[in-house]
Amino acid sequence: MNHWIVAPIVLPAILAPFIIMVLRFHLDLQRIFSVAGVVALIGIALTITAQAAGGDIQVYELGNWPAPFGIVLVLDRLSAMMVLLTALLALPIVLYAIASGWDDRGKHFHALFHFQLMGVCGAFLTGDAFNLFVFFEVLLIASYGLMTHGGGAVRLKAGVQYVAYNLLGSTLFLFALGTLYAVTGTLNMADLAVRVAELPADDTALLRVGAVLLLLVFCIKAAVLPLHFWLPASYASAPMPVAALFAIMTKVGAYSILRMYTLGFGPEVEATQGLVGAWLQPAALVTLAVGAIGILGTQHIARMVAFCAITSMGTLLIAISLFTETATAAALYYVYHSTLATALMFLVADLVMERRGGAIAPTAPMPQTGLISALFFVGAIALAGMPPLSGFVGKLLVLDAARDAPDANAIWAVILIGSFVTIVGLARAGSLIFWKSHDAQHNTETDPENEEGTPPAPAPEPNPGLAFTAVCAMAIGLVLLTLFAGPALEYTNKTAEQLFTPENYIAAVLGGDT
Amino acid sequence: MEALVASAVGVMTAAGIFLILRRRTFPVILGLSLLTYAVNVFLFATGRLALDAPAVLNKYKEVPYTDPLPQALVLTAIVISFGMTAVIVMIALSAYLSSKDDHIDMNANDSVDAPGEDA
Repeated sequence: MNHWIVAPIVLPAILAPFIIMVLRFHLDLQRIFSVAGVVALIGIALTITAQAAGGDIQVYELGNWPAPFGIVLVLDRLSAMMVLLTALLALPIVLYAIASGWDDRGKHFHALFHFQLMGVCGAFLTGDAFNLFVFFEVLLIASYGLMTHGGGAVRLKAGVQYVAYNLLGSTLFLFALGTLYAVTGTLNMADLAVRVAELPADDTALLRVGAVLLLLVFCIKAAVLPLHFWLPASYASAPMPVAALFAIMTKVGAYSILRMYTLGFGPEVEATQGLVGAWLQPAALVTLAVGAIGILGTQHIARMVAFCAITSMGTLLIAISLFTETATAAALYYVYHSTLATALMFLVADLVMERRGGAIAPTAPMPQTGLISALFFVGAIALAGMPPLSGFVGKLLVLDAARDAPDANAIWAVILIGSFVTIVGLARAGSLIFWKSHDAQHNTETDPENEEGTPPAPAPEPNPGLAFTAVCAMAIGLVLLTLFAGPALEYTNKTAEQLFTPENYIAAVLGGDT
Repeated sequence: MEALVASAVGVMTAAGIFLILRRRTFPVILGLSLLTYAVNVFLFATGRLALDAPAVLNKYKEVPYTDPLPQALVLTAIVISFGMTAVIVMIALSAYLSSKDDHIDMNANDSVDAPGEDA
């Protein structure tokens, strides 16, 4: 057995308790170990991605129990690329959290951060539906701690909402799993796929209920429209580096949808054929539309970025809901792009909020406004999907993949108009925050008693150089994703091909003892 | 027995959802607890209801046995929901103590407030 597969889970699982128990009073050592841990995670992720790139699916049997009885971890191209994305995202965020002093504003930031990474990596690697639930809980419980990190009345209040909503989601998850187990008698994803295909066609009512319940749970995580209400308040109230890390959490929902509904309830399964796409696609279109309206309407930069996260989930799920190979390849490219771009914008929002508060209104100019506005510009171009950055490539791929779909007109219209509204919203925010502030300078000088009182004194970060390096690294990641769009797309194409031949996955899990 | 278990799950779920739709933290937490009880009973029932049957196979004679897997699932679910309830009680308490208000929804002032300033 290839023990690298379990390493992305074991490493944070050891590191996080070590940080809590041994290093709890030594912030400097915590920082060193935390960064080293993330770098090691990148190394592991690169290794397993290289192993998975060959195309054969590897299985890790936990406790050496054979597949339908024990829990398995499965490494295929999709899980490898998602683990790699998690690790690559974590490094700039942890550097930024250190540089901005966020990790010093409450306790146990680094330990919770690594528990979160463990949950995310586990959710990507597991091949068992109940184990997926357990890893969801691991990442959620860490996210509760991170979300309320630093305290404060507003943040704690938003935290209560967030926890309550997610507990409800977890309960729903258990109901869905219970229903599926009652029908099929298994929770292993590959075994589930076999049993679902064998089920007599007139005996599938309960199975469809389970499949849709499960879709509902993943849609809560992915913030699809009627279930998105938790996202803006929690992301905007969370510490911004944490919100940047949460950019991967909505993608866990999208990943689960992709995994379950290509493998267990695949497009060719008669019982659930067309069911998921038919529900998901309109919801994704409305998600994109409402997210774009939110960007236009909000008065706070953090909420604006949260709505950007919702629009990007909308675009992503439109591509996923088509359930074709080309659309999935486009979606996987878009996952990389949107995660990095959203995280970049959250970090830029933090730079802005630390210096002048988050209101989208003119105030006195802040220090380093040129550099920050340049980074904002890069992030805005990427998020809105304008050339030359990867957002353009991603959206182009999604549009191209949707060309043959039955609702191509609706999809094209929503994506294009949504992008336009996003551009307007981001341009409005950018000009009010960065340009109008130079006009406002005169106002504050003539009128010292403006209604906001004195602008908040710029809290100098402990290490602005490192903070800017971290944010720039994220921007460079986007540029690299654009430059190497060809190889990246080649990988995602092969990934989609692998996803739509689930027989190999099933054979690898149930077949032999590798 | 099926009717009893099914109605127990149904009544607990209904009561749980009703309580969650209240807007104070205490009823919401009670509602979440009721929902987790409901889902635990539901998970038990997914292994089919069997009375007086052990959860192990007997290799010497054919005796009825009950499915052991849902029991393991329920155990995991109980542990997780118990821990989660403790977490939400603590967060709700500190939210109440810091804002002197146990409403679960944010009011207008909360959302425009710059959340980065309060560290």
